[in-house]
Amino acid sequence: MKTIITAVAAVAFAGAMAVDTKSAMAADGPTLKAVKARGEVICGVHQGRYGFAIADSQGKWKGLDVDFCRAVAAATLGDSEKVKYIPLGSVQRFPALQSGEVDMLSRTTTITLTRDAALGFNFGPPTFYTGTGFMVRKSIGATTVDQMGGAAICVFPGSTTEKNIASLFKSKGMKFTPVVIESSKQLVGAYMSGRCDVLAMDQAGLPGHQQYDAKNPADHLIIPGVYSKEPLGIGVRAGDDQWFDIIKWVTHATFNAEEWGVSKANVDKMVKSNDPNVKRLLGVSGDLGKKLGLDKQWAYRIIKQVGNYGEIYETNWGPPLNLARGINNLWTNGGLMYGFPMK
Amino acid sequence: MNETATPVTKTRHTEPPPIEKVPALRWMRENLFNSPLNSMITVILGLGLVFALPDFINWSLFNSVWSGDHEACRVDGVGACWAVVGEKHRPMLFGVYPYEEHWRLIVALIIYLSVIAATLTPMFWKIKILVPLWVGNLAVCLTLMWGGILGLAPIDTSQWGGLPLTMVLFTGTVVFGSPLAVLLALGRRSHLPGIKSVCVVFIESLRGVPLITILFVAVNVFPLFLPEGLEFDKLLRVMAGMAIFFACYQAEVIRGGLQAIPRGQIEAAEALGLGYWQLMRRIVLPQALRICLPGLVNHIIAAFKNTSFVLIIGLFDILTATTAVMEDPVWRIFFVEAYLFVALIYFCFCFALSKYSQLVERWLSEGRRF
Amino acid sequence: MAQDSQSGPAVGDQPKGDTSILNSMAFRGIAYQVLLAICVVLGGLYLYVNVNANLDRQGIATGWDFVTENAGFDIGESPIPYDSEDTYGFALWVGVLNTLRVAVVGIVLATILGVFMGIARTSRNWLLSKVANVYVEVCRNVPVVLHVLFWATVVRFLPAPRQAIIPFDGAYLMNRGVVFPIPNEHPAYVWVGVAFVLGIVGAVVLGRWAQRRRELTGQYIPTFWWGLAIITGLPMVAWLVQGAPLSWNVPALKGFNFQGGMALSPEYAALVIGVTVYTGAFIAEIVRAGIQAVPHGQIEAARALGLRPGFIMRYITMPQALRIIVPPTASQFLSLTKNSSLGVLIGYPDLVNIGNTTLNQTGQAVEAITIMMIVYLSISLTISTAMNLYNRLVAIKER
Repeated sequence: MKTIITAVAAVAFAGAMAVDTKSAMAADGPTLKAVKARGEVICGVHQGRYGFAIADSQGKWKGLDVDFCRAVAAATLGDSEKVKYIPLGSVQRFPALQSGEVDMLSRTTTITLTRDAALGFNFGPPTFYTGTGFMVRKSIGATTVDQMGGAAICVFPGSTTEKNIASLFKSKGMKFTPVVIESSKQLVGAYMSGRCDVLAMDQAGLPGHQQYDAKNPADHLIIPGVYSKEPLGIGVRAGDDQWFDIIKWVTHATFNAEEWGVSKANVDKMVKSNDPNVKRLLGVSGDLGKKLGLDKQWAYRIIKQVGNYGEIYETNWGPPLNLARGINNLWTNGGLMYGFPMK
Repeated sequence: MNETATPVTKTRHTEPPPIEKVPALRWMRENLFNSPLNSMITVILGLGLVFALPDFINWSLFNSVWSGDHEACRVDGVGACWAVVGEKHRPMLFGVYPYEEHWRLIVALIIYLSVIAATLTPMFWKIKILVPLWVGNLAVCLTLMWGGILGLAPIDTSQWGGLPLTMVLFTGTVVFGSPLAVLLALGRRSHLPGIKSVCVVFIESLRGVPLITILFVAVNVFPLFLPEGLEFDKLLRVMAGMAIFFACYQAEVIRGGLQAIPRGQIEAAEALGLGYWQLMRRIVLPQALRICLPGLVNHIIAAFKNTSFVLIIGLFDILTATTAVMEDPVWRIFFVEAYLFVALIYFCFCFALSKYSQLVERWLSEGRRF
Repeated sequence: MAQDSQSGPAVGDQPKGDTSILNSMAFRGIAYQVLLAICVVLGGLYLYVNVNANLDRQGIATGWDFVTENAGFDIGESPIPYDSEDTYGFALWVGVLNTLRVAVVGIVLATILGVFMGIARTSRNWLLSKVANVYVEVCRNVPVVLHVLFWATVVRFLPAPRQAIIPFDGAYLMNRGVVFPIPNEHPAYVWVGVAFVLGIVGAVVLGRWAQRRRELTGQYIPTFWWGLAIITGLPMVAWLVQGAPLSWNVPALKGFNFQGGMALSPEYAALVIGVTVYTGAFIAEIVRAGIQAVPHGQIEAARALGLRPGFIMRYITMPQALRIIVPPTASQFLSLTKNSSLGVLIGYPDLVNIGNTTLNQTGQAVEAITIMMIVYLSISLTISTAMNLYNRLVAIKER
């Protein structure tokens, strides 16, 4: 009997040592508290999509999604490098966010009603607008979607693209064979090796694969046009309003910074500006940060360490990919990026 | 008269001398050509091997490229490209563990393998030796891998990968799973219907589902079972899932061993006044475990191979690391050599353990009369 | 005789000492069970409450309605017609069928391979037994995941359809899969099928008649070759009588891919080859152990009685060996079925793969995983029960 009790106590003790308990304390929401205690933001990103999230040979991550992770880290922890990146496949990403493995999902995730309402997520404002696009090998001879009847199409499982092409082909009365592989590199590899004729994914991801992953980029053709609406946004778990607000307003801060002319280069000069918007943004007047649970300089750090939306876009989609901004431009330039009032 | 020599009698049982005088030819006649069917099979197999084997040896040994660039491997007419192993063996073996700290992993591996070798020797089969040995082993290895103290840089579990991660998973599975297996086996043989049915339901339901679903539960569903704010490390959850799976299979083997103990042993122990746990610990379990040791080792080998299933949930054991590494477009086409390298590592470990299990079987059978 | 007052208790005395109820075996037994029951129930309630609270808090949908919802995704290969407008429930059912496709074919092939290799290992031909030994040792000690991945990568590197490998006329080997010609449907085949069934019945009747004759007269009648002749001969005759109709549906390259003939996707081929080779090695080992476990004295005694080798094999070796071979082989079959879940790794739409996609599209991890586990559990319990029944039938009755 005694031995049993000691054994149980030992196991319980060992169990307690392995566990990360977060005591219920004061004003910080659970996610923000966990992030501060841990000292880094855990960010779920794509396994490898040029322009959005790609790790170079030294293991350093670059991309638009990556930059938003860094912006959140700069705002909450003060250092944009305090991020741990977890590459997630298209199927692993939702359970990873639901189970708490990552704090935020910056992983080319389209905002849909089901994902917002039924999966238990909340999404910040779209950081990138795109749509489903197709890339074919020129030797196939198809130049429009109508000529793709009967083709083998490589697509990610669990993605909106999967459903989009199913309904698109059904509406055109054409059949196709889906080849679904979760790993990004293997899927692109299957397309490049000829296992499938067409590669279907978010239009913005195709130029990168054509340039870097194809043996001869001229052999491939990206069919012009997008075949769906794919607004990509940052996802967080529902039930933590404060963390959701932080994500939302970090995104808006980057939009507004570009609109008001604040950039990495001039942010230190802009601190002395007279524009009331800029003064509120950079924490010179008022304390917007306190309302979010952050300090005054949260937006200043974002711009200083990462940049405004225009700079983020240029760094990742400028040369060599050279993707035109199109609707990803500010609303003042005819695009859809509209920063909400920060006051 | 010295007629003391025994006369040589010719009996009907003398055999004629063997036809071949040369031992090699005699062996071939007895083993390869001993019947018409066998001769035909030998000829077919022999021809097949004569055609295939030299090509294979050329490809793998003589024409192969042992070091250098991938360009050297793409030259026409070369054989296996072992250069891919030379180039990529560090990410394959150690995953994303920081490069400068690999020495820690190598030291930990050496210590660990030595302790395993010691554990398998019967000389060390005393609780007083084994328990401190393993406690010390785990402490030293975990400290080396984790760091954070004694001037070693701290390295988070999410960066552990490759062969050390395989070993960690394997150790966790066996160390946590074995006590659970013993308890489940005893529970299943209990006379109390309540305990017996709980154990039966537990064992049968977990043996009936694939390991993949258990890993899914551990990674996706298990966090939902915990109250808000409580978080378990992913590695720990996966290890717990694999340990439970291992325990259910091992429990059946142990149950087989328990069934082989004659009832008389238990009755005698009870007559001596031993309590249940004493009787189990001192009389039944030592005998039962010795009897089913080969079966136990089989499942331990299976546990080692099952660590490769973490490929599906994204933990970087040696197979996952190799798959990730082989996605490099430049080296991708040499996947055969890379997979052969990994297969060789698994083969060495598992084959050694299975030879050990055969050795144990022989030790056991030597002490018995049929 | 004076009673020694220092003697021990006499027979019939109540034992002195602690007779509290805590020491009663019956009481403790009941107490332990009640304790365990309370723990299980409390534990279950705790988990249930937590799950509900967490799902509520995060706004994740619960309930089984998703089974009737529109799936919206297409499945790469399916034995029954499936459309992206079918329900999730139907998609999961297609997954189950795909799993069974791999399981059944895998079991048949693995058994053939395993039995052949097992017998080869016990052969008196040194070369054959060593070759079989190498196969068994190599394939057993490498994880099944590696087998499947290896073959999946091999098929991925096969040439494109235009440059397909042609092993024989009409069949093509390429990275889109394997296509080969199959005979076209013809009404005459119905009669061929009927003749086949009749042939089996005839062979069984022949076997029974031969057995009765042997028991009555002791005369041994070899029935194996005659039975085989009937089973293959009758359908052959039926086919010939109807004019030997045979036209092939030959695959031809049209557009993107081959049309016609029968196609096996590369994922299916890789999965089947991988699990077959792996499980075949284990079955070979089991068969070898079974054959070698039959005491040699039995065979020698049978030979001393003058029995023929075929008779010995069928009535002496096999029954004893089968008793040893069948239970582990049944669990290998189970293991093969469960290993078919590796389809999720290579893109074969088996149950786990489709369950995974469903879990992802609907967000309902708990329900989807529950469905998967229940299906596998049902398959396993069926095979387990059958095996237990067989075990009890052939077990040696002991005291």
